[in-house]
Amino acid sequence: MVIIERPADSTAVAVPAVTASSTYGYLRRPVQTTGWRAWAFSVDHKKIGIMYGVAAMAFFLIGGIEAGLIRLQLAQPDGTILSAEKYNQMFTMHATTMVFLFVMPMAAAFANFLLPLQIGARDVAFPRLNALSLWVFLFGGIFINSSWILGGAADGGWFMYAPNSAVPYSPTNGIDFWVLGLLITGIASLASAVNLIVTVLNMRAPGMTLMRMPIFTWMALVVQFLLLFAMPVITVALFLLMFQRNFGATFFSVEAGADPLLWQHLFWIFGHPEVYILVLPSFGIISEVLPVFSRKPLFGYPFVVFSGAAIGFVGWGVWAHHMFASGLGPVSVAVFSVATMAIAVPTGVKIVNWTLTLWGGKLRFTTAMLFAVGLIVEFTVGGLSGVTHAVAPSDTQQTDTYYIVAHFHYVLFGGAVLGLFAGMYYWWPKAFGRMLSERLGKWNFWLMIIGMNLTFGPMHILGLQGQPRRMYVWTDYRAGEGFFNGALWNMVATIGTVILTIGVIVFLVNVWVSRKHPPAPADPWDARSLEWLTTSPPKEHNFDRTPTVHALDEFFHRKYEDVGEGDQHEYVQRMTGEQVIAEEEANADAHIHLPAPSYWPIVLAFGLPVMAYGVLYNVLLIAAGAAIVLMAVYGWLLEGADAHETDYDPPADGGDSSKELVASG
Amino acid sequence: MADVTIDAPTEPTEGDGTPYDPAAHGGVPESQLRDHGIGHAADGHVIHHTSTGLSNTKLAMWLFLGSECLLFGGLISTYMLYRNRHSENLGPDQLWDIPFTSASSFVLLMSSLTMVLAVSAAGRKDERNTRLWLTVTALLGGLFIAGQVYEFTTFYREGLGYTTSLFSSSFYTLTGFHGVHVSVGIIMLISLMAMLGKDKVHGDKAETVEMVGLYWHFVDIVWIVIFTLVYLIPA
Repeated sequence: MVIIERPADSTAVAVPAVTASSTYGYLRRPVQTTGWRAWAFSVDHKKIGIMYGVAAMAFFLIGGIEAGLIRLQLAQPDGTILSAEKYNQMFTMHATTMVFLFVMPMAAAFANFLLPLQIGARDVAFPRLNALSLWVFLFGGIFINSSWILGGAADGGWFMYAPNSAVPYSPTNGIDFWVLGLLITGIASLASAVNLIVTVLNMRAPGMTLMRMPIFTWMALVVQFLLLFAMPVITVALFLLMFQRNFGATFFSVEAGADPLLWQHLFWIFGHPEVYILVLPSFGIISEVLPVFSRKPLFGYPFVVFSGAAIGFVGWGVWAHHMFASGLGPVSVAVFSVATMAIAVPTGVKIVNWTLTLWGGKLRFTTAMLFAVGLIVEFTVGGLSGVTHAVAPSDTQQTDTYYIVAHFHYVLFGGAVLGLFAGMYYWWPKAFGRMLSERLGKWNFWLMIIGMNLTFGPMHILGLQGQPRRMYVWTDYRAGEGFFNGALWNMVATIGTVILTIGVIVFLVNVWVSRKHPPAPADPWDARSLEWLTTSPPKEHNFDRTPTVHALDEFFHRKYEDVGEGDQHEYVQRMTGEQVIAEEEANADAHIHLPAPSYWPIVLAFGLPVMAYGVLYNVLLIAAGAAIVLMAVYGWLLEGADAHETDYDPPADGGDSSKELVASG
Repeated sequence: MADVTIDAPTEPTEGDGTPYDPAAHGGVPESQLRDHGIGHAADGHVIHHTSTGLSNTKLAMWLFLGSECLLFGGLISTYMLYRNRHSENLGPDQLWDIPFTSASSFVLLMSSLTMVLAVSAAGRKDERNTRLWLTVTALLGGLFIAGQVYEFTTFYREGLGYTTSLFSSSFYTLTGFHGVHVSVGIIMLISLMAMLGKDKVHGDKAETVEMVGLYWHFVDIVWIVIFTLVYLIPA
């Protein structure tokens, strides 16, 4: 990896190979610029973002296979594909994988890749901590999934209600894997939250005030605050469950006088903010996509910002609506019922703003735009069924039926996942320098949108007809008659899953064929925000010149001039995106300072699952894992974030103008 | 050396080559833009100017401590829920030795004072006193942990095991988590002293001492809450 380069004179500066010469920490710094080492030890936020995305996509496929097996089991009455035990593991791991190992890290992939670019920074505030987050998440995810081959996965449902999660009801190690794995991935979320908040607050380019930040950056910032305060709560719950399962404590045992509702409260104080952690990044993504393809600024930018922040605050006061059926008492139910209706208001504000962004715009229905519009429609369906849960008496009827399953798939698939796909189509040329095929993209979109509605739409009917969730079979005897016949709608849902799967396969094909596409233009969409003010894919140092920001939608205003009178805006193009970027390259900064790669993040992350296996199998492994972690922590501290002159051979002596090492603390 | 390593950004221009006028594009005048760039401090360290003016490390530490509040919030809530769920003769009334715990709490509070003295000495670049006060802080922290070990042993001898009752489980979990935090703080203090001694601390030394100090004070403040809620308020 190039530590420092000066891109001033020519477009491609040849940097002499540097080799590590001295020892900081215990090992010489990694210097490879190619091959797997350039990725494994990288601290570059763009590489880390891409690795987050690849890992999340792999978990998406695993979670998708689990979903497919569930639907195959339920296609016919008295399904025989899965046993009751395997079915329990399947739905537990489907939810766990999709929530913790797909949507959260995929949102982290976007946040990592885009946040520094959108605020005009060279990297995140703590690049090594960023690498640590990635590896901790990945190893934690692999650890949880290793339970499949080590005696069976967790089987208590993703919210793992007590006392059902206690040893007598789930004697295998599955739940222990789940608890320890989520503790590990929680470390990744917490570290990444701290890192990205500091990045957004502290590393903005000159002129990038908070109210000029691209809306995705804003939504990602709100999400990081939610993570910061939600992760410790689930951590407490997970520790209590671990102490109960492994050390004989009785925190959730009714026979010992405990209150099992304690688990529900702790879980949902985390769990409801978690819902917004999942969906707000997608709200941010489509708030970037819609203006670009409507050729209008986002309608009511401050309203979108503050409604996002409002969702972040009110999201802490609605958790007990998940517990209406648990006998909280009329006062609690009334309070949480009203709060839940209230949180629909800022969400509604966003939908109004998106719609009015489209209104009167010159719409271009690219694949990214289709996914964004798809989100507005499908999320609204999910939002409306959500309001029916806010009415407590109605919720009591719906609790634990497929109606709930229908609702949260409309908000999570129709909200979060469609938004993530919009983002992938929109930013693919930015990240990889190649366009995804629009023709395949449209197949991808329509297959997914038809598939999701066929899969999750019938679940409203099934749920209101009384089909319970988490039941591994249903019987023809109770399936009902005519239009409300459960057999019909279960079959439709399974067919929908097949169509959805084909849609995802089309996406993978699209990705695969895109590697042969010609290089993408620098500004393929006529974009508005700062991440397009550089080449695609961006250079290692992001911007040749630290951008100075003068307005919201800075990149747009550099390309277009307002020649209108008074309130009548009329924009004429004075430069193309390529010309704006060329101007930046021509005025490159002389000294650019990048963080140096490090071995320690991946080593430290590796120690954590070793410790976790130790908790389950052998105390000696805990000691070994702790030793790895300690070694990595001290190596990390002694090494320092920045390279020193003496780290490299030949040492920089100022003789080579294209490479200059800046000594720093 | 006070030179700036990044050249001042060249101004963007209007289409016809005249200087870019931000006001015409709905922006603020250049003069109101915040200074941003990388400079050298007197001792040669690179200084990154931040948008808020707060250092990245300090902001990160405050955020982490904010998160920790919720961790202890959850543990304290669990204890408050379960503190009356114990057998007749093994509750707080029979077990607590308030004078002893007051003494060890006093020791921990005094360690915050010595931590302040260490931070102050580090600010004056007084390395000798920095290390002296860090040592005293670590020793006082160690004394507190010794007190906790003694207290836990006493309770255990009186029959209060970890799984004896909901009260005992939640008490040991809460105070155990706090004890682990103090122990991690002691390890941080010792490591910091060793690294200061060998000049291995990267970046601003005074700030590194202050960071450890922030963590240490937080752990102290949490103990004030725990001591009040767990020991002083009658069940």
